[in-house]
Order: sequence, then C-alpha cells, then structure tokens
Amino acid sequence: MAVDLKMPVLIVDDYKTMLRIIGNLLKQLGFVNIDEATDGSMALSKLRENQYGLVVSDWNMEPMTGLDLLKEVRGDAALKALPFIMITAESKTENVVAAKAAGVSNYIVKPFNAVTLKSKLVSVLGDF
Amino acid sequence: MSQSAQAVVNLNEVREIVTSIMSTIKGSLSTADLRFYHELESLSNFIQETRNEILSLQPKDIKDNYIPLATDELSAVVEATEEATGSILDAVEKIEALTPDLPPEQGEIVGNCVTQIYEACNFQDISGQRISKVVKTLQYIEQKVNQMLGAFQQELSSSLEESTKTEKIVDPLNPDSLLNGPQLKSLASSQDDIDALFDKL
Repeated sequence: MAVDLKMPVLIVDDYKTMLRIIGNLLKQLGFVNIDEATDGSMALSKLRENQYGLVVSDWNMEPMTGLDLLKEVRGDAALKALPFIMITAESKTENVVAAKAAGVSNYIVKPFNAVTLKSKLVSVLGDF
Repeated sequence: MSQSAQAVVNLNEVREIVTSIMSTIKGSLSTADLRFYHELESLSNFIQETRNEILSLQPKDIKDNYIPLATDELSAVVEATEEATGSILDAVEKIEALTPDLPPEQGEIVGNCVTQIYEACNFQDISGQRISKVVKTLQYIEQKVNQMLGAFQQELSSSLEESTKTEKIVDPLNPDSLLNGPQLKSLASSQDDIDALFDKL
C-alpha cells in the first residue's frame, strides 16, 4: 500500500531547532502536514484530539519523557497501532531494550542523517 | 670534682627527676597507654589540620560565586547556540525555497548541501544535552558544598567574611586580570556602548 505523504505527522522534541530540522527533512521527503509538540504531555493531548499517521519523538523531555509518551500511546486503545519512531541521543543498550519493550516502531540515534531517517520511515511505513 | 664524676652525678640527677615525674602520674599508665595517647593526639591534630584546609577552600564562596557563575555561563552557551542555529536554519530554508527555480543539476547540488547543513545542525541538540549533564553535576557539587557548610557553620560564621558577588578588580600590574572572556548577555556592553565609551576616551 502506498504511503500517504499527506498524513499528519507529529514531531515531539523540547529543542525547537530539532523540531525545525526534523520537520524540514520530512518535508524534503515529501511529507506536507507536520505538527509539533515540545514535550510528551503536549504531544499526548494533541494525539487524543487529532488524527496522526506517525509520531517522531525525542526521549529526554520533561515533564513527560518520550518513553512515557510511547507507553501512554501503546496503552490507549485508540492510539496503540500508531507508528512511533524515537529519535534520541539516548544510545545505551538498556534504552533501546526499554523502547522496544514499550512498543517503539523504530529507533534513531542522534546525531542522525537524512538517509537513516528515510530508511527507518520506509521500514515503518513502507516504500515511498 | 673530675669531669667524669660530674657526668655520673648529672645522669643520676636526671634519673631521679624522671622517677619523680613518673611517680606523680596518677593511675597506672603503661607504655601502650602512652602510645595510644600519642596516636589520639596525632589524629586530633590531623582532623584539625584537615578542617582548617577545608575552611580555607572557602566553600561559601564556591557556592555563592563560582557555581552560579559556571551554570550561568553554560546556560549562555545553550542560548547562544540555539540562536545561532536558528539563524542558520532561517538562511538555509530560504536557499532551499529557491532550489526548484535552479537548473536541475545545480538544484540537486544545492539541495544536497542544504540537507548536509540540516544534519550538521544536530550539534545544537547534542551540545545542549551535554551541557545539561554538566549543569546537573554542578548542582550535585553545590549540594555537597551545602552539606559541608552545614557541618562547619559555626567555624564559618566566626572565621570567614560574608561572601558577596565581587567584581574582579583590575590590577594594572597583572595583565592577566584583563582576561575575562565574553560577558553574560545581561551584563555585556553593546557595540554602541563600546563606541560611545571609545569616543569619550
């Protein structure tokens, strides 16, 4: 099934520059409908109010971390199937294990490049 | 009296004096007790010296001046890098918007360069996170210094002056004191301020 590049995508990061960078790279890949949140709580509210096709989230945020957000998403019947990619500087084995256990769709370590972003998106959403 | 006879007499006197002193010591102090007493005395002296050394570190000054200075400077780094990265992204986004109007070959080259710049700008996030770790470490050190201050409260209040945020006094005989590095934004003079001062001099 072809990937709908018009699907709303929610980017979550407490660093505004990262929101811009990820947003611009997604636009380069053809995504046109991009929304932002600066922490897990804001993201969760937006996810419960709107429909998104993908979440791309940082881990290290306060008051709600990306991992806590992921657990909330996977614990919510309406959201649990939502593709969720973590983009984070947290690179220890235990981080990846915890994210995987919580149901993350894929995991990108910062600093990352456009090629990696695309390949993880393809692995989660399909070819585009 | 001959010299050797005098020497014998003196030694006897010494022996009598020592015996007399030993007999005045109350209780039965053995050699082991004396050794133990000397060890305790050494330990007490060591503790006092260590306390004096710790006090000489001026922990209140560390807490009131140096740690806040360090955390302020680190926050300034994060702020400055965020501002600079924002400016870079503003410019790059404008360039990117023009690429569809370029001939395809050039458009591709420019597009790839734009992507590389976006990737490189990851630095701001990473450096910000590293700096946050340093700030948390400083806050932990500050906690420990506070505990030390609590332990030495009495000595500190009697032996140290109240520490205030002092301006560095410029010593004209010590050129190094003119090396202060960049000022925090709230304290920095603008170019206009510098120009006005320069013109006055």
